[in-house]
Amino acid sequence: MSGAGPYEEGDGHFEEGGGGDGKNGNEEHGDPGRSPRIPMPRVSVEDSGLPLPTPEQPDKSSAITQLAEPTEPSARPESKGRTVLEHHVLKSLLGAWALAACSAEETAAVEEHLGECGGCAEEALRLRDAVGLLHRPESLDLDPGLRTRVLASCLQRRPPRFPVPDWAAPYDAETARLDALLQDIGDSEWDAPVRLRWFDGEDAASRRTTVAGVIAHLTSVDGLIAVALGLDDPLGDAADGTGDGAGPTPEARTEAYWRSAHLPRAGSVRMPWREQTHALVRTVSVAGGVGGAGETDTDGSDATPDAPPAVSYGDFELPLRDALLDRAFECWIHAEDIAEAVDYPYEPPAPRHLRGMIDLAARMLPGMLAVRRRAGLASPARTRHLVAAGRPGRSLRLEIEGLAGGEWLIPLDSPGAVGSAEHEVAHVALDGVEFCRLAAGHIAPREAAVGQVGDREAIRDVLYAAASLSRM
Amino acid sequence: MADRDAPPRWDRGMQQRLARGEAAALGELYDRFGSLVHGLAHRVLGDEKAADSITGEVFTHVWQHPDAYDPRQGPLRSWVAALTHRLAVQRLRTTETAALVRGGGGSAEELEGRVRRASVAARADYIVHSMPAPLRAALELAYFQRHDYRRTAARLGVTEDEARRRLRLGLQLLSTAHDAAVLGVPPEHGGAA
Repeated sequence: MSGAGPYEEGDGHFEEGGGGDGKNGNEEHGDPGRSPRIPMPRVSVEDSGLPLPTPEQPDKSSAITQLAEPTEPSARPESKGRTVLEHHVLKSLLGAWALAACSAEETAAVEEHLGECGGCAEEALRLRDAVGLLHRPESLDLDPGLRTRVLASCLQRRPPRFPVPDWAAPYDAETARLDALLQDIGDSEWDAPVRLRWFDGEDAASRRTTVAGVIAHLTSVDGLIAVALGLDDPLGDAADGTGDGAGPTPEARTEAYWRSAHLPRAGSVRMPWREQTHALVRTVSVAGGVGGAGETDTDGSDATPDAPPAVSYGDFELPLRDALLDRAFECWIHAEDIAEAVDYPYEPPAPRHLRGMIDLAARMLPGMLAVRRRAGLASPARTRHLVAAGRPGRSLRLEIEGLAGGEWLIPLDSPGAVGSAEHEVAHVALDGVEFCRLAAGHIAPREAAVGQVGDREAIRDVLYAAASLSRM
Repeated sequence: MADRDAPPRWDRGMQQRLARGEAAALGELYDRFGSLVHGLAHRVLGDEKAADSITGEVFTHVWQHPDAYDPRQGPLRSWVAALTHRLAVQRLRTTETAALVRGGGGSAEELEGRVRRASVAARADYIVHSMPAPLRAALELAYFQRHDYRRTAARLGVTEDEARRRLRLGLQLLSTAHDAAVLGVPPEHGGAA
């Protein structure tokens, strides 16, 4: 199974190639002493959409030869004061000539030369033929579903010793989808403006950045998990001083990274982001397995913590699993921001992944309700007596429609209470993607398309709490 | 392409991780080479579904036989490309032969011609994809954007001499796509997977 010929990395000698032209299969035609067939220079093939003319058509090439020769049958060009070019210059022009990228004078000089110099004519033919092999790379958007199918089929045939945990699968899939989008965008699009949007608790908030800035944002916040797993912090020393005791918030880290000297420019933010996402998936996959996993990777890390750590977001914490789910969610939402900025289509996550994201948001709602209540942003608890932890309490039924759908009972009066159908006071129904956009702060609570019955204050509180889950 | 600059260490590490059965490594492998594999297969076969299927075969083969790759023989990327090429050409020959047998038009000779052209086109794609970025950039400007070599030089911030050199060298590299026409790959060599 050796790598065959051209798939080996470039070797050296191209100067004196014995140019098989591959079309007539005649390797021997290149006798430099014989009058060579002269290829046509490139015409505007892209205008015609036709394949390039075959260079070795005898009629055309001999026509050129005859055109070239009678003009100066014997006299050297210099004797008539025409463009004087030495052999080595003419030779150096062959590539440009084959691409029709010379001036008219140079083209004429080269073509005249080709009638006289077998070596150059030979090479000209070969290069001219090579031009026909240039294709605009097909921008086949690789179907993201293909990755899932291919990997699943591989893993079925040879079960992995270290699988990617189910709870890391959404992050793995979403980062791969975003990376595929980034691979397709042009250099200039990295500077396309993007407006990050979220809901600050009372109102819509936003921050202007660029596509590259969004990736830097994802990198710096994903870095919270990297730090929790003992991997390198992408912020480096820029992370210092971003936290006030409790540790830096995603926003503080992002602003610090945007300001920092570590921030790679434009498209070069992609690699550090991607390497970190790979390192995270890999680390959570092998954690608890064999140690020393880091020996094979570029980051040299070998974090294999005994118990999954909690991930600090500064003002709150999430268990590792939920944090990774949260990052998958953010990755999708920001991928949509980017896709919108560069005018690409972008689909929601696979339903089973989307459902996990919705479930996380639903589980975070009671805590957010309590935070908002303490801040005076939600109506006070209306129980006559405190709901003890673990006891059923006044609840809202959240019904999510669509493939990722389901129902959740959200306890309204205390994060410690248990949602209860018997104590249901309101029922809202909305589409899964709509709910996610609400929770991302991309849709205002009063604009969400929600079917609702029951206690209007409770509904309002829950919708505002959902929007408040968003952050920069 | 960042891929090109990745150290051989990455190749060896990847192989070890695949051998150890790390699913995350398989995902990374796909992320790095998936579009290369699919693109080459598509260039040979000219069909989305067939390219999808070859992509599956290639990664399955690597995942099931990580030891088939020998890092001493070259980069993993080249090996994966050669494997893809082999499987895709094999598939093309199989389907074209079947069509021939069913009485579709064309002779065995024409079939070989089609296989060879598809094969050369795929190799050319790979060469363009893997050539040093400065050469690729020069070709891009001169061919796709139709700049003459002087403007190409200006755009690249290099001398005109250098622009001419890059265009010529780039085409010389590209012309080697024809050289290994032997890679029309007889089936017995394609039986790797």
